[in-house]
Amino acid sequence: MSLLKAEGLGIQFGGLKAVDEFNFEMNQNQLYGLIGPNGAGKTTVFNLLTGVYKPTSGQIIFNGKSLLKMTPTQITQLGIARTFQNIRLFKKMSVIDNVKVGLHHSQNYSLLSSILHLPSYFKGEEAMHEMAMSLLRVFDLEKYADVKAGNLPYGKQRKLEIARALATSPKLLLLDEPAAGMNPIETEELMETIKIVREKFSIAILLIEHDMKLVMGICEKIAVLNFGTVLAFGTPDEIKNNPDVIAAYLGNEE
Amino acid sequence: MEFLTQIINGLSTGGMYALVAIGYTMVYGIAKMINFAHGEIIMVGAYLAYVMTSIVKVPIIVSVLVAIAGCALLGVVTEKVAYKPLRNSGSLAVLITAIGVSYLLQNLFLILFGSAARTFPQFMPSGTVSLFGAHITYVALLSLVLTFICTGLLLLFINKTKLGKAMRAVSEDRGAAELMGINVNTTISLTFAIGSGLGAIAGIIYGMSYSLINPYLGAMLGIKAFIAAVLGGIGSIQGAMVGGLIIGVAEAFTISYISSAFSDAVVFGILIFILLVKPAGLFGQNMREKV
Repeated sequence: MSLLKAEGLGIQFGGLKAVDEFNFEMNQNQLYGLIGPNGAGKTTVFNLLTGVYKPTSGQIIFNGKSLLKMTPTQITQLGIARTFQNIRLFKKMSVIDNVKVGLHHSQNYSLLSSILHLPSYFKGEEAMHEMAMSLLRVFDLEKYADVKAGNLPYGKQRKLEIARALATSPKLLLLDEPAAGMNPIETEELMETIKIVREKFSIAILLIEHDMKLVMGICEKIAVLNFGTVLAFGTPDEIKNNPDVIAAYLGNEE
Repeated sequence: MEFLTQIINGLSTGGMYALVAIGYTMVYGIAKMINFAHGEIIMVGAYLAYVMTSIVKVPIIVSVLVAIAGCALLGVVTEKVAYKPLRNSGSLAVLITAIGVSYLLQNLFLILFGSAARTFPQFMPSGTVSLFGAHITYVALLSLVLTFICTGLLLLFINKTKLGKAMRAVSEDRGAAELMGINVNTTISLTFAIGSGLGAIAGIIYGMSYSLINPYLGAMLGIKAFIAAVLGGIGSIQGAMVGGLIIGVAEAFTISYISSAFSDAVVFGILIFILLVKPAGLFGQNMREKV
């Protein structure tokens, strides 16, 4: 059974078909890329998968369940987590609190015990702190735990967003342009991080990226989106040599 | 020691304003709306305590708990029924709805209890304590102590607990919080419950300090507390507390040194002044519009 399956997925904004007949399938622990020219509908696909937008046609099956009637919160709790193209950390909160927000639904201690500060609260809080710290350690962020998220350097904010998403214990992680605005060294680091994340957490990752070196370097398969439909799908080498893709996306001179 | 007495009197009225202002500021922080029905919730709290003690005749502590729970529930129900359906429409629609809810509650209590003032039961012995030569009533002292305790507990809750973190997350970025698995509806309900529960405490303090309650009491109290919230910087809990205390002291000074007729003018003057000089309020942050 596939982890994620989108069938004939589409969404219309007024007369504009932002995504149309989007078919896609992914299995556990796979690392796929989603590329395409600006405005092709890549982020819209992410918004459809996470329930931010409701599709006007088609079906999304995740882990055997249809996501169509679910709220973003429920979808996150089912196991899809994401990062954002324009970083959306809780900037006024500390780095560790950002991760703890992600851990929110994984901890089960009741409202009452937290208000009354019962022992189970302290246990839960301690366990939560440990989990958050170990996540920060994976991303080398543990020494920034008490810094306000908004004060972190850009590259580290991107990493923190991935850490926060992983805190929701996802089965599928959606990364929306994780390398945007990074310098080549930071991008290199990020590639390593993504590889580590995949091995350590054994999750599936789907990433949108414009940095071809990154996409071609780490993705097993790549889907190319153009005008809201899948133009091509295949291994990096197949994509590189596909004449349609070259025409639509990479330009003719290549 | 007239001066010190006035300061302490002002601080205790201010404490009541602060408790109400915290309700405004919390709801604004999370739901991004001004809940103009908040003043009426305080009125309902005062009446609940009055009914439970004077008519049902249960022990004081029970009526206090009933008032707090009743107001918390009322706050949650108001949000679910009146504000939630408008969450994605313009802020003007929600604002007008809130004013509507406020008149609804006010008139409901006019029908139920009439416009004549009721005598609020005596919750604690009247009397004064001397502090550095100033005479302070027990009620004033209690009001001040309660304000600090409630604000302290609230700040602890928001900064130290999981639900508090969820509230801060929702207030910063509702969309991102949803995508982190936080149930936004529950968080907003919780905010209304806490704000309205604190409002009930303020209502009881009002009843104890003025010993007469009528269905209109929430209107002026609500507006003054709203000014306190704006003065402190709407969205900031510490700000609401400081704003409330400043308004209370300013009012007490005007009454004793100028004339009681001017007290409202001074309070509204403060609002105009703060809006001209520092619109974001004392503890507020200037927010840049996203382009």
